[in-house]
Amino acid sequence: MTDAVSPLSVPDVRPASSSSARSLPAGLAAAASGWIVPALILALWQAGSSLGYVPETLLPSPTSVLSAAWRLTRSGELPTNIGISFCRAMAGLIVGGGIGLAFGLANGLSKLSEAFSDSTLQMVRNVPHLALIPLVIVWFGIDEGAKLFLVALGVFFPVYVNTLHGVRSVDPQLLEMAQSYGMGRTALFRRVVLPGALPSIFVGLRYALGVMWLTLIVAETIAAQSGVGYMAMQAREFMMTDVVVLSILIYALLGKLADVVVRALERAFLPWRPSFFGG
Amino acid sequence: MALPTTAATATRPEVAPFEAQRGAPIAARGLTKAYGAKPVLRGLDLSVSEGEFLAVVGRSGCGKSTLLRLLAGLEAPTQGQIAVGYRAETDRRTIARVMFQEPRLLPWARVLANVEVGLGADRRSASGRKRALEALASVGLADRANDWPSVLSGGQKQRVALARALVSRPRFLALDEPLGALDALTRIEMQRLIETAWRREGFTAVLVTHDVAEAVALADRIVLVEQGAIALDVTVELPRPRHRGAPDFGALEERILDRLLGAGEA
Repeated sequence: MTDAVSPLSVPDVRPASSSSARSLPAGLAAAASGWIVPALILALWQAGSSLGYVPETLLPSPTSVLSAAWRLTRSGELPTNIGISFCRAMAGLIVGGGIGLAFGLANGLSKLSEAFSDSTLQMVRNVPHLALIPLVIVWFGIDEGAKLFLVALGVFFPVYVNTLHGVRSVDPQLLEMAQSYGMGRTALFRRVVLPGALPSIFVGLRYALGVMWLTLIVAETIAAQSGVGYMAMQAREFMMTDVVVLSILIYALLGKLADVVVRALERAFLPWRPSFFGG
Repeated sequence: MALPTTAATATRPEVAPFEAQRGAPIAARGLTKAYGAKPVLRGLDLSVSEGEFLAVVGRSGCGKSTLLRLLAGLEAPTQGQIAVGYRAETDRRTIARVMFQEPRLLPWARVLANVEVGLGADRRSASGRKRALEALASVGLADRANDWPSVLSGGQKQRVALARALVSRPRFLALDEPLGALDALTRIEMQRLIETAWRREGFTAVLVTHDVAEAVALADRIVLVEQGAIALDVTVELPRPRHRGAPDFGALEERILDRLLGAGEA
């Protein structure tokens, strides 16, 4: 997972260059340069398989993975499973992230709420959520509820911790300024606290996406009857390594896609940040 | 904060025609402020007449910034009373504005929106936007209305902060070393801008500064704060606009500096 950044670090700090000044070919070249290494690895892998250095049963060649993708797409198995996994991931993210955001804001704004819930949440946070799998299977079986519960629990904490941190670290000088200009509580929240906490909330969201896929992979390989992880486990039973590798690649692509979406959201919601000038 | 109405209330200035003077008079009596056991101000008395430009100078830690924060209503005194303005104007947030040491602009709001913060509830009124643009033009930044604060220079940011303070037409403007972080040239430009605004709007101004020359250039009256009390109170008789090269300018500056330095040696 590429998202394993520390929850408090600032993501994607690029040198502020003006994108309008940058010529189009140069921009394309910069975008393409990121793909050089993956392409090179792919080429070496294919060459190794074709020349017989890599046995097909252990690691199938890129072309056989590709043909497996084609086969499963035509049968409808692949799109169905991707769709199911994607829906599970999103549902878990929305439920867990939503609750995390609500608790983060409430505990950041209200001392009473924090005194009441923060230490409990911090205690629960120290339990690795995947350790709950046996219990969750007992509770929910291998139902959708199990996956939803695990993913929601996994994404809750990064969103909660970073939202709380974001609200707490809003510049007290800005708060004093806003109060001296007579801003009421609602205006203060909407115009100072929330925008001030937003960069940190996005850090939490990115971290949550990493946890989200990780949790889903584990949950689907252990307790599921559909989804990409289930497809991979089924394929392993029949030694269809091409499908196993395909599943792994699909997880990687879904992870990358989530990252791209968050970047786009950050550009839309944090246009004032100098670090996002470069697009 | 509610103003006290006890027998010891600082005497409010005699009632003057309400709109005749834009500036609000300020009266403070027996101001004491302590953080924990450490007193910063010790029973300080001060009055500023309407429309007056007062400069407060002193060494670091003498309590001059604390004095300003109390006058502006950012903090409450441990003891003593403050009255700003005439009767019935209990809420200082509607008549007093503060320019801080830092610009304190909202980084996520464009320059114009930052100025509109100064309008408070008037922000949504029909004339609000127009007034904000006028205030921005008065500090020479009309063309930067749609920029983010992060692309402005330090001096430009303070000009936006000045426009934000002026847009609500305050009757008392508290300036807490707002020019301290600027380079010498920008500083002089800003001083002119503040002086022009003060002459145009007629508000009462209290400027806290380290820079004695700045105090002499701008103020009608200079008070020197030492160990939490006023140690010197000088009226500046120099005609405006003032020229730094003039002999009486230098003489007054030196007199105050001597007093400041002498206090350090004592």
